[in-house]
Amino acid sequence: MSQCLQTLQDYGLRAIGIGERLLPRTDFDLCQQFVLIGSGMIWNIYFGAFALFIGFFLANALAMAKLGHRAWLRKPAEWFIFLFRGSPLFIQFFVAYEALVQLPRAGIEIFGLTVQTSWMTRAWAGALLVLVLNTAAYSAEIFYGALRNVPKGEIEAADAYGMSGWTRFRRIIWPTAMRLAWPAYTNEAIFLFHATTLVFFSGFPAFQQKGDSLYYASYFADKTFNPFVAYPIVAGYFILLTLCLISLFGVFNRRLNRHLPGAVRKIRYRPNLIR
Amino acid sequence: MFATCADPQTLEGLAWLMCYLTSGKHLLFYLSFGTVIFLLAITAPVALLFGFGGALASRSRIAPLRWFGQIYTSMVRGVPDIIFFLFVPIALDQGFEYLRAKVLCDPAVPIRQGNDFVVCPAAKLPLSTSAEWVHQSYGIFLAVIAFAIVFGAFASNVLYGAMNAVPKAQLETAEAYGMSPRQVSRRILIPQMWTYALPGLANLWMILVKATPLLFVLGVEDIVYWARELGGSKTSAYAYPHGDWRIYYFLGILVFYLLVTWISERIFDRLRLRLSAGQATMAGEAMRKAAT
Repeated sequence: MSQCLQTLQDYGLRAIGIGERLLPRTDFDLCQQFVLIGSGMIWNIYFGAFALFIGFFLANALAMAKLGHRAWLRKPAEWFIFLFRGSPLFIQFFVAYEALVQLPRAGIEIFGLTVQTSWMTRAWAGALLVLVLNTAAYSAEIFYGALRNVPKGEIEAADAYGMSGWTRFRRIIWPTAMRLAWPAYTNEAIFLFHATTLVFFSGFPAFQQKGDSLYYASYFADKTFNPFVAYPIVAGYFILLTLCLISLFGVFNRRLNRHLPGAVRKIRYRPNLIR
Repeated sequence: MFATCADPQTLEGLAWLMCYLTSGKHLLFYLSFGTVIFLLAITAPVALLFGFGGALASRSRIAPLRWFGQIYTSMVRGVPDIIFFLFVPIALDQGFEYLRAKVLCDPAVPIRQGNDFVVCPAAKLPLSTSAEWVHQSYGIFLAVIAFAIVFGAFASNVLYGAMNAVPKAQLETAEAYGMSPRQVSRRILIPQMWTYALPGLANLWMILVKATPLLFVLGVEDIVYWARELGGSKTSAYAYPHGDWRIYYFLGILVFYLLVTWISERIFDRLRLRLSAGQATMAGEAMRKAAT
């Protein structure tokens, strides 16, 4: 037990570079696997949470652009959504990494200031960028569908109250669209967290063996030739994460539907797998 | 390939590019697109079959069979599929080798030695003496099984939902006509469920297409492998020296996938129209109205 606490101290934050530098090489025990893979989950949560947060705003903007009448806004939004939904995330990671590597090493000169670019090739920035754009495209399609399905009666009622333009959008259309989109958006969020496992398997290298949960799991599986321990541990962590997400999004769902008694349906999780 | 390509150093511009793009390694690269299509062509029907079995099993009246079906369909929920793609091939490989070792090897030598999984050379799969293509096709074979298991579970989810969506009244009517449960399934349930299953299956197909680059993670020499191999900068020791061109190769792959998804979407739209005809759904109703 005390040995396991020591392991926790050594490797609990290993994924972000704090603690023991060398990974265990021989005599792996169960505790080490649990702790290291758990520490890798920090990265999964980091990528998922930030991508979801930033992507949410971008997705709303995209959905509105796609819904709008102005072709110079609508066409780019449509193309963006098609590009990111039509191609594998895995390839997007590769393309993004290769593109970011092309940036000049010394940085870019803008108005006499030198902007450093080397950090863009690191996973924490580059992969996050790809995940943000990817989830924005998928969520934008969900929000677009929801905005189109806002009941006509609600808009007419808003008109009757003398609301128009921004007020009508902010108080009637957008909340209703969120209400409609929320179950699908919950699935998208879960799906995004699952997609974060791809980061260290694509272009972005793990510096100093700071990787995500699956990175460490495959490390153990490679070293021990035993896939029956490490992978189920990651699976367990992800099931836990999924349950947390479902309850978190359930809170938002109840908040969105608080004026409609009995309208809070249980969100059914429909898995969508890889993108 | 062409006679003019014998000495690439003397070539310039377009001729150089022509020769470069038709070099032996590039032909292998083009062939690997075939590998992806092949994987899709094999996996889709097998996964559909697995899914069909899973859906029928979870509707079964025999409890253990039903449990098996339900566990299978819920297995992939909540767990990222890449874990299955990493897990299933290794597990299967070890399973096969373990069974072969039981038969072919000296039973005195344990298979698990500490952290090592050791089988005698005779039990290795594929045999270390076999040709390179055998290793490759064995890898693809394991990949197909992994894909089929994961996507079978998803298809089973979709088909289970579709079977439940067929109006109960139709099944009851069939029973009232004196059909046995088997006949109801075959004549009423299965023909009717496809229109409900199509949106889900179309979605699944798109996801399957987008999951194919994961073959690379499984160690198969697929398009991603070749793109990295060919795109990396080549010194003048190579016949065709060039800088780091990986991004162009990956952009090419991106375009390939966009094309595949775009074509699939067109096909599914047409299929949707075909299947909606004469169905008691909104789409079917709209078609009926349009026709009269």
